[in-house]
Amino acid sequence: MLELVIISTLNGVLYGMLLFLLASGLTLIFSMMGVINFAHASFYMLGAFFGFQISQWLGFWPALVIAPVLVGAIGAVVERWGLRRVHRHGHVAELLFTFGLAFVIEELVQMVWGKTPVDFRVPALLDFPAFTIFSTNYPAYKMFMLLTAVAIFIALLLVLTRTRVGLIIQASLTHPNMVAMLGHNVPRVFMMVFGVGTGLAAVAGVIAGPALVTQSNMAGLLGPIVFVIVVVGGLGSLLGAFIASLLIGLIQTFAVSVNLSLADVLGAVGITLGPDNFLSDIWQVPVAQVAPIIPYLLLVLVLVFRPTGLLGTRDT
Amino acid sequence: MTDLAKPATRAAPSVDAPALARRYGAWIVTALVLAVLPKIFTSGSALTMMSLMGIMIVFALSYNMLLGQTGMLSFGHAVYYGLGGFLAVHAMNTFARDGLPIPVALVPLVGALSGLLFGIIFGAVSTRRGGTAFAMISLGLGELVGSSSLILRSFFGGEEGISTNRTKLFHVLGLTFGPQLQVYYLIAGWCLLSMIAMYALTCTPFGRMCNAVRDNPERAQFVGYNPQTVRFIAFCLSGLFAGIAGGLAAINFEIVNAGYVGAEQSGTVLLATFVGGVGNFIGPVLGAILVTYLQVMLSDVTEIWQLYFGLMFIGMVMFAPGGLAGLLMMHAPLWHARVLHRVLPAYLLALVPGLITLTGASLVIEMSYLLLVKASSGTAMTFLRVPFDAAGPLPWVVAAVLLVGGFWVFRRTWPVVADAWSDALGQARTRAPA
Repeated sequence: MLELVIISTLNGVLYGMLLFLLASGLTLIFSMMGVINFAHASFYMLGAFFGFQISQWLGFWPALVIAPVLVGAIGAVVERWGLRRVHRHGHVAELLFTFGLAFVIEELVQMVWGKTPVDFRVPALLDFPAFTIFSTNYPAYKMFMLLTAVAIFIALLLVLTRTRVGLIIQASLTHPNMVAMLGHNVPRVFMMVFGVGTGLAAVAGVIAGPALVTQSNMAGLLGPIVFVIVVVGGLGSLLGAFIASLLIGLIQTFAVSVNLSLADVLGAVGITLGPDNFLSDIWQVPVAQVAPIIPYLLLVLVLVFRPTGLLGTRDT
Repeated sequence: MTDLAKPATRAAPSVDAPALARRYGAWIVTALVLAVLPKIFTSGSALTMMSLMGIMIVFALSYNMLLGQTGMLSFGHAVYYGLGGFLAVHAMNTFARDGLPIPVALVPLVGALSGLLFGIIFGAVSTRRGGTAFAMISLGLGELVGSSSLILRSFFGGEEGISTNRTKLFHVLGLTFGPQLQVYYLIAGWCLLSMIAMYALTCTPFGRMCNAVRDNPERAQFVGYNPQTVRFIAFCLSGLFAGIAGGLAAINFEIVNAGYVGAEQSGTVLLATFVGGVGNFIGPVLGAILVTYLQVMLSDVTEIWQLYFGLMFIGMVMFAPGGLAGLLMMHAPLWHARVLHRVLPAYLLALVPGLITLTGASLVIEMSYLLLVKASSGTAMTFLRVPFDAAGPLPWVVAAVLLVGGFWVFRRTWPVVADAWSDALGQARTRAPA
């Protein structure tokens, strides 16, 4: 039991930090432009595939640097020549634009790398067990993922709160006109943040690629969960996104290892439910199978009881 | 909200013949066209496609009640379509098993009621806020139902779905609904009915309030209408019509599976509605017809048709946010002033290099696809009936010349089109009665 708890906690925190790498960029972009970048998870996927391709040519470590820079540049270009153009048609048009972009990126990835998973391997340098707890080997690569994600989180926090650039960004979020009056190029700040946000997603992609499956449906699998995190944490709140990421990472990891169903729990306290019918699945399905929908249930609950999200202040 | 139930207070319509023709003429023509179409396109595949179009028209129009009329961007509209379909299929199986005297023609009502019911349940949670928040919630609800459909197997039937047999139901007037032609007429009838109902809804005070909530929720609130309530009612009604479409789909395919409630279906209806045009009632109809046609035809021609779909969508969002209907309606003043012929030569002039550019781009895409994904099965291909080898340099040079040269000429024609346009518009304005 203790073994399960420790391993699940480690995996859950790791998954949560990975989600946070995506959610942080998404929520920053949202705070600035008021638009949810539907294609954010697509940039994560691009990061994974670019990382795979570059690591084939140059090795994993150059890929870890080059792929995010490339993807960030693509993100900046998309903001400059796409989003900014659509902006005058309103928020719905912006959202639709990123929706179409997600669609096209998925198709392009399928066109270049096919629909089957690519063989993105853990670099040889990190391909060993880091430590052994209760006879389970914990891979060093997962520790590397965790440390990278934590390092980026700390760096992001420091840049945003302790540097001049961070102050300008924070000011641009709330008082864009005032910042422009002071002589800063606010559209360029937006473009840079968009680029950095998508670059962060790409970092998540490169480091997640070898551990998870690098496939053309990975954006579709992770994307909706990241939106859930951003909404649950509170639209525009970085700290909220952090808490929600860890929460969902832990919940999902623990849920997978619980093999109880609602009927088992109720049976233990002496309640037996009626005969089988269309809906009997609801109490007979074990929690492990329900794991994929837990984030969405959480979303609905949060929206019913706290519509602004955990730490959100804006009621868009 | 009792105010909304009041009938529109407007001047009593005069009952002279031209006014009647103007009011009902379009519907009579639509009904005639729907009735005559199977006589013109008699092949089985055409009949199937027209049935699909009918279903998609109802679905897209119901979606536009949200996006176009009330300004709510939903990423989970397939939930109401799919659940309508699932409940319709279960109802059909129950009717057939118990021998209830309910004909197939009434099954879409089951879909409508379930769409409405789930619209009420999910609408209560999601319509409290508009804009981006609503879009996110609809996405979450869509994923929730989409993922649940694979978990709750006895209701959703798991991977293979739930199938039924429409001919086993009660027969009225000897209609078995075995032949596709009968199914087509059933779909056409429900399609017409739904179109009329949804159009009529846009003319009611409630329809106007939806537009007000879309354009400026604060002012709508000041006038005394709660935007949340207006959004909620619009959402429920939209669920109702999506449920009708789902019920029709269940009858047409005789099978409903998890794909019906999934994100892909939600994406398709969003695509169809937007490409057709959200600002005009006729837009989603055009979009549904075009997207269904492309889905069926383009998937035969190229394997990467979805890429073209996505590119077309982005192009529309960036350059023609009014969609096809918006582009057509732009020309309405010219048409009324009878100066439309003045812009046509300029359009033709731009069309030729435009098509050449598209051909070049498509050639590049197809050749890249062949070389990158399917190189193992040979590099020979045919494009527009011309066979060639994509590995050689010549096709690439041709493609580059078509793409770059075509675009260069195309770019040169833009000022010509703009001149012709402003010229014609100026004439239309001077001819218009003061």
